[in-house]
Amino acid sequence: MSERCAVVGVGQTKHKSARTDVSIAGLVREAARKALDDAEMDWSDVDAVVIGKAPDMFEGVVMPELYLADALGAVGKPMMRVHTAGSVGGSTALVATGLVQAGIHERVLVAAFEKQSESDAMWALTVSQPFSAPLVAGAGGYFAPLIRGYMRRSGAPDHIGMLVAVKDRKNALRNPNAHLHLHDIDMKMVEESPMLWEPLRYLETCPSSDGACAIVLGNEATAAKVPRRPAWIHGTAMRSEPTMFAGRDQVNPQAGKDCAADVFRQAGVTDPRRDLDCAEVYVPFSWYEPMWLENLGFCADGDGWKLTESGATAFDGDIPWNPSGGVLSSNPIGASGLIRFAEAAQQVRGEAGDYQVDGARRALGHAYGGGSQFFAMWVVGSDKP
Amino acid sequence: MTDVAVVAFAQSKHVAADPNRNEVEMLMPVVAEALEQAGLEREEIGFVCSGSCDYLLGVPFSFVTALDAIGAWPPIRESHVEQDAAWALYEAWVRLQHGDVDTALVYGFGKSSLGDLHEIMTLQLDPYYLEPLWPDMVSMAALQARAYLDATGKTERDLAEVVVRSRAAAASNPNAIVAGTTTADALLKEQTTIAPLRTSDCPPITDGAAVVILATADRARAISERPAWIRGIDHRIEAHSIGVRDLATSRSTALAAGRAGAADDKVDLAEMHAQFSHEELIVRDALGLDDSATVNPSGGPLAANPVMATGLIRIGEAASRISAGGGDRAVAHASSGPCLQHNLVAVLEGE
Amino acid sequence: MSGRAIEDLNEDGPVTKMHAPIRLEYRIGAGTAQSRFLRGVAEGKLLGQKCPVCSKVYMPPRGSCPIHGVPTEEEVELPDRGTVTTFCVVNIPFSDLAPEVPYVCAQVLLDGADTALFGLIAGMPAREVRMGLRVRAEWAPREEWTYNLGNIKWWEPTGEPDADYDAYKDYI
Repeated sequence: MSERCAVVGVGQTKHKSARTDVSIAGLVREAARKALDDAEMDWSDVDAVVIGKAPDMFEGVVMPELYLADALGAVGKPMMRVHTAGSVGGSTALVATGLVQAGIHERVLVAAFEKQSESDAMWALTVSQPFSAPLVAGAGGYFAPLIRGYMRRSGAPDHIGMLVAVKDRKNALRNPNAHLHLHDIDMKMVEESPMLWEPLRYLETCPSSDGACAIVLGNEATAAKVPRRPAWIHGTAMRSEPTMFAGRDQVNPQAGKDCAADVFRQAGVTDPRRDLDCAEVYVPFSWYEPMWLENLGFCADGDGWKLTESGATAFDGDIPWNPSGGVLSSNPIGASGLIRFAEAAQQVRGEAGDYQVDGARRALGHAYGGGSQFFAMWVVGSDKP
Repeated sequence: MTDVAVVAFAQSKHVAADPNRNEVEMLMPVVAEALEQAGLEREEIGFVCSGSCDYLLGVPFSFVTALDAIGAWPPIRESHVEQDAAWALYEAWVRLQHGDVDTALVYGFGKSSLGDLHEIMTLQLDPYYLEPLWPDMVSMAALQARAYLDATGKTERDLAEVVVRSRAAAASNPNAIVAGTTTADALLKEQTTIAPLRTSDCPPITDGAAVVILATADRARAISERPAWIRGIDHRIEAHSIGVRDLATSRSTALAAGRAGAADDKVDLAEMHAQFSHEELIVRDALGLDDSATVNPSGGPLAANPVMATGLIRIGEAASRISAGGGDRAVAHASSGPCLQHNLVAVLEGE
Repeated sequence: MSGRAIEDLNEDGPVTKMHAPIRLEYRIGAGTAQSRFLRGVAEGKLLGQKCPVCSKVYMPPRGSCPIHGVPTEEEVELPDRGTVTTFCVVNIPFSDLAPEVPYVCAQVLLDGADTALFGLIAGMPAREVRMGLRVRAEWAPREEWTYNLGNIKWWEPTGEPDADYDAYKDYI
């Protein structure tokens, strides 16, 4: 690999259930403009644009990079559109990182978005072919049984999910961009919220948001010129496995373990709990925090819930997870992965504002998608790798 | 830059409609054939990347099931673009620059027979200003054809000549759907469907899939007697609003061709992702080809157009001709979007 | 446009919504392997498919073994009974197709299969459904059978003792 790559600018929209004040292009441009401002760059400084989003059916626009080229200043430039299901925001950042690391471009604008209010996302997710059994239960209907499997396997007590739901919403109160600002959040409020997909309560699930996130990536020469501290990319990894096969561990998927092992090896991380200062991990349902703690090797198998229960992942814990409030507090699906990657970068840049983890120097950004089968991760640091 | 070459290319037997096979069933034998050509086991592939379009198949996440055709176990390094698979090849080429893996498998697939392709592509347009007017894909192409004819003084006969040559070339392509001998006079007797275009100026509805395997320097030489080296590859997009573009030219193709070095040396053959006859003439101008270059020896998209694989097939067709000694230097072109909005150019050479 | 005209526009407030209905029709085929499975279902048979490489039995079959990327052509008829490996209780009416709430959405591992299929559990209170529960298919009346797994209305308890956790824990 010839070139070092760093995040030199980050921008996000305010996430909310319906951004009726902007078009799709307006939404993406808002995040992109903020990222460029952060890097003190203009559209003409960008060599290439890479965008990511979840299925086109969420907005009803096929290959939206075509329509967005004008608004994102991409005319005359290379433009790519990545789609790897829920992990897409992460994958998009990784594809763009590759362009800089390979020495093809010096400055790449990365943007990911979802404007779920423009169409009916729940409809888009449950379109099924005529031959499938008519069993419609949404994403929760797929993941809740796996959560039950985790609870049985680990012996975790019932309240662990609620702890995560409260912790991430409390963190979100420090994050002005977060969709949910639940000022009165506590265990009682979560416990009393409707049981949607038992064992999963309403407040243990993510919201559905309109929102966009953008970052500017630069090579070493670019990073030397920008006004604020860059977040250096220390490792990148993607892994995929099939949705269903005999003997597949759907609770603790091998692809996630392999992806984490790969990215940590590149970054020289041997004990992620000790070596990292915080992590932004894709947790759309509360129980995925303890599940991913194990999957990513932050603790031994079966101990994830103990780590959550001990407060280790809280904002003041030894390894804060999702100090920004995470996917549980904002979920513009296609952007959610990039937001994790960007928030990890903000932490090591010292730019995370009220949710800055003191002295954060190395952080993990994580995204997953499909039936827990697509994974994308990076490790970013304050120091040059 | 790390040297990367195309070392294998396989495609399905394209058909107008393949109602009996789903995407996985369509892809599996093509993947197996490409691996066999390269003499590789699936576990040896370092990176996998695909291109497809959910709206073609009418379900979200259609690329997810397609992964079943690959045998993605143990877990693989894999990515997907919602673009023609030529862009998946571009991503794979970038990925191979990292140096940690030395082979990549790229695939694209699409079944245009399931829905109304011409209307599905309407959803590519600006969702606020253009798509509600519901101009279909052929109407958009006809706008460009008219602009091109008016600007250049060329005529519908010139378009027909493209079709004649394409069908003649396709006669030796076992994957072609439209092939055979015809004349411009015969074609011009057809009514125009959306003037100035006739049905013969438009690509056939096609179901199909294609796979390309890439390898880096030494690995490529070990796999193939004559790898088709990717000497340059670049892609550029232009404005979506057709009102601000000169539709008679393809500036983004010219830009990409310049960056890829297409005109740096003599071009023996060119495979162009020209879905409509006039697009071939526009792209040809933009690539700066002279008359010595053989154009679309496979018959091109007018012979078979498995959308989302068509662009990748151009690279595969050009590469296999290089590898077979049918030329030393080829240009492959892929396109996306209405009126040639987004274009990719790759330059391939033998050694 | 003059400044005055823009002010006029603003007085009407911004346009925040437009309707652009999209209607697309598709003619979807089931594919070769799934068609074989559905023909079986139309006759009340559950035909799994076996991978020629690893001999694992897929139910429902996908036509290929995703691990080995090979077609699964050998068919294995499976009994219409099995074990609930895991489940959730759905308390919100998700669509017109779904039954009354609460309903139980479960993964059912048929005896002899190596993958579980999604199904509804009925014939007992939702609260009493548990992992390891032994169930059998409750088929719709024969005259209603079609090429759809919906021929099985739901899965009901067989009354057998629950399966041992170790017997199904590797299928979650």
